Amino acid sequence: MSDCHNCPAAAVSTLPPPGKSDRFHVVAIVGPPNSGKSTLFNRLTGMRQKVANFPGVTVEHHLGKVRLSGDREISLIDLPGVYSLLPRSEDEQVTHDVLKGEMAGVPRPEAILLILDSTNLGRHLVLAAPILSLGLPTLVILNMADDLKSRGGEVDPAALSAQLGAPVALMSAAKDDNVDRVLQFLDGTATAMAQKKPALFELPVLNDIPKCRQWAAKVGGKADYQAPEPSLWTRRLDATFLHPFIGPLIFTLVIVGVFQTIFSGAKPLMDGLQNGIGSAGAWLGASMPDSIFKSLLIEGVLSGVGSVVVFLPQILLLFLFIGIVEDSGYLARAALIADRTMARFGLQGKSFIPLLSAYACAVPAIMATRTIENKRDRIATILIAPFMTCSARLQVYTLIVAAFIPDTPILGPFLRLQAASMLALYLLGFLAAIVTAKLLKSTILKSTRTPFMLEMPPYRWPTLRSIGLRLFDRSKAFLTRAGTVILVVSIVLWILAHVPTHNGQAPRIAESLAGTVGRTIEPIIEPLGFNWKIGIGLITSLAAREVIVGTLGTIYGIESGQPGGLSQALQKDLTTGGAIALLIFFAFAMQCASTVAVVRRETGGWKWPAIQFVYMTGLAYGCAFAANSIYKLFAA
Amino acid sequence: MSFKSSPTRAVEGRVHSAKARTLLELKRGENGILDKLDLPDDVSRRLMELGFLPGHVVTRGLSAPGGDPRVFRVDGSEVALRRETAARLYLRVDSTPA
Repeated sequence: MSDCHNCPAAAVSTLPPPGKSDRFHVVAIVGPPNSGKSTLFNRLTGMRQKVANFPGVTVEHHLGKVRLSGDREISLIDLPGVYSLLPRSEDEQVTHDVLKGEMAGVPRPEAILLILDSTNLGRHLVLAAPILSLGLPTLVILNMADDLKSRGGEVDPAALSAQLGAPVALMSAAKDDNVDRVLQFLDGTATAMAQKKPALFELPVLNDIPKCRQWAAKVGGKADYQAPEPSLWTRRLDATFLHPFIGPLIFTLVIVGVFQTIFSGAKPLMDGLQNGIGSAGAWLGASMPDSIFKSLLIEGVLSGVGSVVVFLPQILLLFLFIGIVEDSGYLARAALIADRTMARFGLQGKSFIPLLSAYACAVPAIMATRTIENKRDRIATILIAPFMTCSARLQVYTLIVAAFIPDTPILGPFLRLQAASMLALYLLGFLAAIVTAKLLKSTILKSTRTPFMLEMPPYRWPTLRSIGLRLFDRSKAFLTRAGTVILVVSIVLWILAHVPTHNGQAPRIAESLAGTVGRTIEPIIEPLGFNWKIGIGLITSLAAREVIVGTLGTIYGIESGQPGGLSQALQKDLTTGGAIALLIFFAFAMQCASTVAVVRRETGGWKWPAIQFVYMTGLAYGCAFAANSIYKLFAA
Repeated sequence: MSFKSSPTRAVEGRVHSAKARTLLELKRGENGILDKLDLPDDVSRRLMELGFLPGHVVTRGLSAPGGDPRVFRVDGSEVALRRETAARLYLRVDSTPA
């Protein structure tokens, strides 16, 4: 890095050569963490966005399209939140490389939206120095103007613009206030937006943080920046949420509340969907002429895909809660409260965030471990994350528990046996995770306690748009999976269950190809109390856990000739000991191809996913065997 | 690696603690002027990016149950640090505002 006195002059001459026209095609959003980057990105792109991974690295980013006047569209890249452009962490490396045009497969942005929190401008302006020295047309966005004003702070955007030599917009992205300025900027041309020669533009030595901070203070001072009073609401809420006694109590209530709502709140919606699918099957059965196609549609597709789609309400509720907890700022407080407990198992508070999201799905959770700077802590968190009870397991649990566990009250109206069993299964996964963490951190991943530093963002109301977009994203991903992986598995399985034919007649399922495969592995799984039908489910669910629900739906659907009634069919076909063993098997086994793939990508090789798969499957087999044996001993 | 405070840096606000030598010794609501960070290079950099720069006023805020980690207010932000990290951030001994 060099002292950059001549940057403004150089800036104009080093603008990227205009393409077909000199209008922007690719623009990047850059800003420190908690500056409102995602809010602005969501506001600008709406549903025209997707999550993508940069080639070769593990950092994910959002790509979106912004529609401008005259049917013109530009691509917007949301880069990871950074405080500086010195490439030290992976996030910073990515931001640095993309902005310098050194990221293979990603076009160099022609302009930058630099978004800063106006309530914390002194510190956030530090990032303006390295960004402006890139010489690209840059709009400096001072976000959260409403907070700045209500808390008695002020800033003169025109004066700041003169200081920085770049246009400055004061706005509130969450409230749509002044967002038009951004669209105007994006609509402009590179030449029109080229940086003017600033009045007092002298960039600091970029790798000297104290100097950069002094520069930011000077520039802020010239722009009459008056830092706001601390947020009164944040103080008040923290006095409660971080209270020595009330704090942990609320923490527990939040977690219990999340699970309680997922179990009981989603039930009416799920029952409704279940009934709808049942009626659709009955209607199709009555109105279609008998044919192979009808049998495939009802027994294969509807039974298989339908039994998975039923779980959509549950998954949406879970993501709704995680969204609210994260966007409101409570998650940082929860991490703070959890840190000491996590430290006892060799982890840290930052592991809490990925581990909580692993209750929804291990894949985004494993991606979220990127915020953990310490490599060993990060790998340990990745290795234990799949033990957390994900929403796919929830589907398997719900099916088996409803079929085998009587719903007798055990604590009056507060707790019934089925809910208690679910809770016990969640606890089991959690225990496996912390015991494994302790084991890893005292052997192969030993490290000294690492510094934990976590910024506590001010509390904010989660916006409907950002929560809505999350849920939309999740539904899309879930339904896509139901419509692809699970559909294909259901159809293939239906076919395998119908060949070889004898004199044009489909075989009995036990003699079909699928049945043969199931019966081949039966000796291995028989000690766990599983029959060959469960065996087929164990094989297909290597793709994803919930596939077993669809598979069993298809197999029993073929046997009975209609969808639904999976619980009753299972009750006849599986012992209680076998059912408990199946629950325990699914609590521990790594039945998820997506998780294996993401662990390989995040750890950069096959070593960790291989260790993880063998460990989890071994543990699953051993514990399921023990459970079935103990049950038989007592039942006999 | 350690960073000495620069005497020219202006400090706003009144400083209430006269005794604390490190951030760990600050009581709730007390503040002091950061003098130096006695931590590995990469950790110091992170902390400085979060606002822990020599010459800045650091105020002790709330904490997790049991007092660890603790929240500190510095340069417009609130940042939680574990005790062992707070113990390596030294305050100016004569805490008179520069």
